[in-house]
Order: sequence, then C-alpha cells, then structure tokens
Amino acid sequence: MTGVTATATAAAGTDASSLAVFDAAVAADERIEPRDWMPEAYRSSLVRQMAQHAHSEIIGMQPEANWITRAPSLRRKAILMAKVQDEAGHGLYLYSAAETLGTGRDELLDKLHSGRQKYSSIFNYPTLTWADVGAIGWLVDGAAITNQVPLCRCSYGPYARAMVRICKEESFHQRQGYELLLTLSKGTPEQHAMAQDAVNRWWWPSLMMFGPPDDESAHSAQSMTWKIKRHSNDELRQRFVDIAVGQAEGLGLTLPDPELRWNEERGHHDFGEIDWTEFWEVLKGNGPCNEQRITQRRRAHEEGAWVRDAAAAYATKQQTTHQATQQTQPAQQATAAAAQHPNGEATA
Amino acid sequence: MTATVSAEAALALGDDALVLSHRLGEWAGHAPVLEEEVALANIALDLLGQARVLLSQVGDEDELAYLREERAFRNLQLVEQPNGDFAHTIARQLYFSTYQHLLYGELAAGGGEFTALAAKAVKEVEYHRDHAEQWTLRLGDGTEESHGRMQRACEALWRFTGEMFQPVPGLELNWTDLEARWTTSVTSVLDRATLTVPEGPRTGAWAAGAGRQGLHTESFGRMLAEMQHLHRSHPGASW
Repeated sequence: MTGVTATATAAAGTDASSLAVFDAAVAADERIEPRDWMPEAYRSSLVRQMAQHAHSEIIGMQPEANWITRAPSLRRKAILMAKVQDEAGHGLYLYSAAETLGTGRDELLDKLHSGRQKYSSIFNYPTLTWADVGAIGWLVDGAAITNQVPLCRCSYGPYARAMVRICKEESFHQRQGYELLLTLSKGTPEQHAMAQDAVNRWWWPSLMMFGPPDDESAHSAQSMTWKIKRHSNDELRQRFVDIAVGQAEGLGLTLPDPELRWNEERGHHDFGEIDWTEFWEVLKGNGPCNEQRITQRRRAHEEGAWVRDAAAAYATKQQTTHQATQQTQPAQQATAAAAQHPNGEATA
Repeated sequence: MTATVSAEAALALGDDALVLSHRLGEWAGHAPVLEEEVALANIALDLLGQARVLLSQVGDEDELAYLREERAFRNLQLVEQPNGDFAHTIARQLYFSTYQHLLYGELAAGGGEFTALAAKAVKEVEYHRDHAEQWTLRLGDGTEESHGRMQRACEALWRFTGEMFQPVPGLELNWTDLEARWTTSVTSVLDRATLTVPEGPRTGAWAAGAGRQGLHTESFGRMLAEMQHLHRSHPGASW
C-alpha cells in the first residue's frame, strides 16, 4: 500500500484527469482493472468488502463442518464435504482478487484474527441440528446469492469475475440445501419438526445478512456511485423475502413472521420488523458464537504455524539446491524438477 | 471365489476408505493453510466415493456404515488412528496411500472383480500418495521442529503398518511382494525427507491383522458413536 500511496502522491498533478478517466469508465459500465488508476477510497473500500467476503467464506466453513462427522447418510456427508471444500476455494479466489489491490493474504488474515476486519454476522449462529445444514443452504446461501449476483457486474473486474465463478457454485449449494430440507419436511414427524425448527431459527438472521436499513448503512451511497453495489440493502432484502415465501410453501414449512403477507398495492410482501438490537450486538461481537468462531480460526492458524514455517524452510532449501543445479545442469533438467512439484506454490 | 469371500474383501477395502475419510473430515476448518482445507477435503471425498462403491457391492451403504457396531468393522487400525497433529495425519496418509496405491495398482491390472473400481481409484490414490510424499519431504526436511514432529509421527504409527499385509480373503495378491514394495517406497521417501525409518516392530502378535478381524483400538468406538448417532436416533428414516 505504501508504494501505491507514494505513486498517487507523486502523480497528484495528474489526479484530476485520472479521476475523470476513472469516473467516465465507471459511468460507461467499463471494468476497472488492477493496473488502472483508482481513487484511494475506492481501493480501500473494495479491500474492506472483498476481505470481509473472503473471511466470511472461511469462517462460514465452521458451522457446517460442525456436522460433517455426524451427517446421517453417506450421500449427505459427501455433499456437505464438497460444499465445505468449495467454501475454502471461494475464500482462496476472493483473497487472490483482494491481493490485486495490493494487500496480501497474510495481512488480511491477520486483520481477521485480530478483529480489525469482520465477517458475515450470520456465521455467529450455532448449527444445533442436522436440519440447520439445510436451512443454511436454502436461506443463508439464498441470501448470499441475492447479494452476490449483482456483484457479478461490479465495477472492479477481478471481483466481478470471482463472483461469476462463486455464484454458480452457490446456486448449486442452495438447491442442495433446499432438497435436504424438503426430504426432512416430507419425512417422519420428527424430521419435519426438525426442519421447521431450523427455519424458525435461521429466518431472521438470514434477513440480517443484507445489512442495516438503507438510512443506517454507512458505505451504501458511495458504493452505489462507484457501482461496487448495484442495489440498496432494503431492495435486496425485499427481493429475497419475495422469493423465499414461495419456496417455503414448496417446502411445506412456515416462516416465523406473523406480519408476513402479500401487499397487492406494492406488489411485494410486507414483513415484520427485524430485531436491530440483536443485529448490532452480533456485529459488535456479542452473538452466540462470535468468540468460538474466531478462537477456532486463530487456533487453526497458530497451531499451523510450524507447518507453514516448515514449508517455507523447505522451499528455500529447494530453491538453493535448484539454483546450484542450474549453474551446472542444462535448463531441461530444471524444468523437469519444477514439474515434479505442481503444488509447490500452495504454501510458498 | 464365493460371494462371502468377495464381500469380506469389499468390506475390508470399503471400511478402510470410509474410516479414513471420516478422520480427514474432522480436519475441516482446522487445517494449517487454506490450500490444505481444500486438499484434505478433496482426499476425504475421494475416499468416501470409493467406500460408497465398495460397500454398495455388499449391501446398503448406509446400513453398513451406520448400523454396524465396532466389532463388525473390518478396517485397518491404522486408518482409525486419531488425527493428532498435522505430522501424524501426514504419516498416516503416507503409510496408507502408499499401500492403497500398490494394492489398487495390482487390482486394476488383475482382471478380478475389483478391476473397474481399482482402475478409477488408482488415479485418485496416486494424487493422495503424492500429496503425502510432498508433505513428508517438507516437514522432514523443513525446520528442526517439523523434523522432530514428523519423526515422532512416523514412529508412533509404525506399529500399525504390519497389518496391512495380512492377507485379505478374496484378494489374491502376493502379499509378501506387496510388503516389500511398500517398504522400498516408504523408505525412499523417508530417506529423502532426512527421516529415519522406524526400528520398532511393525506387527506385534497382539496386532496381527486385528482390524481386519474386527478388533479395534479404543478411540474407534467413540468415532463411530459420533458418526452413527443421528442415523441411529431416527430408525428407518430417509435423509
């Protein structure tokens, strides 16, 4: 970041014209790419949002991984493992995309571990039954998709492209979650009750995923001007509710909101007031699992430090050997050696 | 070859894959780097896929996985060993994936009833073995600490390696040859990783083929309790 700032300062004389080029590109719905000039605030706002998004994928593995060892059939176990693996993959795409803005993954992870960057508040809720895995797929992934599909047209190219890949997989996960709940809902009375209970607990937290109401959303206006965001929090939340109502009927489950009803005049569903006190408490770190989630993440990182150190030390030794070999051996041999370590970059 | 004998072989191989897959699944959300979250889950999924094919040859995969008690499981004691630290997990992977790679290679070439499965699985297992080898090299020849941990892990699991070569009824293989090739392969990796090949016994009389006879170690019952509890709590339900 220092290098970028210095460049920006040095180029202050041309800032006005650079800004004009940037504004025109955004206005024309062109993509901003890593080497393009961009306002510092645009850069830092994107880093914040993309990092938070990446962190959410990583922390979001925990509530679902909680059920991998207890999945009730081998088919469901395979689906759940594949999903949690996808989430780690999404985290990796998003950290890579964020790195194009000049902030390294280590620095971002450090900010997550020290609480200076956030992750989605939804993952601070516990998964108490198997049905929660289905409710997360249907509602949480559903809300995420509603939020993320417009991001496929986000003004920043690397983020938009990451979202295209991620949204495809998320849609798949959502359908699987829905199918899991449907199986439970049509199963034994105990399974049906389990599904209903999970929906009762995950409905409101899912609505909170769209963030605070428009008049309390700190970053919204600027993000919309920059076309990072395309729709307001409340618009997206309404879109999600309208879709979910029909899906709940399909499942044979109810949504836990007595005020939920179709409003002919608006052409939308009206719904009850979100408990914003709870929302802000969870955001401040006082949700049911905030402490547990971050502690597990920190512990995995700290307990893995010796492994990462080993990989780095080994890579250094290999490089030294490799260089020594290169001085005496033809290049062909060096290429063969490199090809033997296709995953070498993974932990370098 | 009778149907009973064939079932015994399918259960032995299927249980190995099922149980190791479960152990690897316990790593989700705990791995030292994100790339390993992906890699370990990937291996776990491959193994679970193999287990499902193998168990389905014997009966209903879920009945077999969720309704047998520990004395009826036929997996090696090696694969049920707790994850321990990352070095323990890697040592277990190295020992087992080398074995599985050789075994499936033979079965794929053998023209027997497991040919089709083995031909597909051997490609997956080649990746697992490579992954374990790369990490054994990194940890063994990494830092002083990683070297020590990897050496201890190799030693701690060594005594479970002998049972891999107890003949499984229904698998007509040259087990002595398999063992010799396994030893050569593992020795080569450990040497390159600057590690010492453990000297302890690989098969105490107490442990010879124990897992294959349904005699397991203590942690296995607890693992099954966790794996099976939900399925058992809802008899007859579909999921």
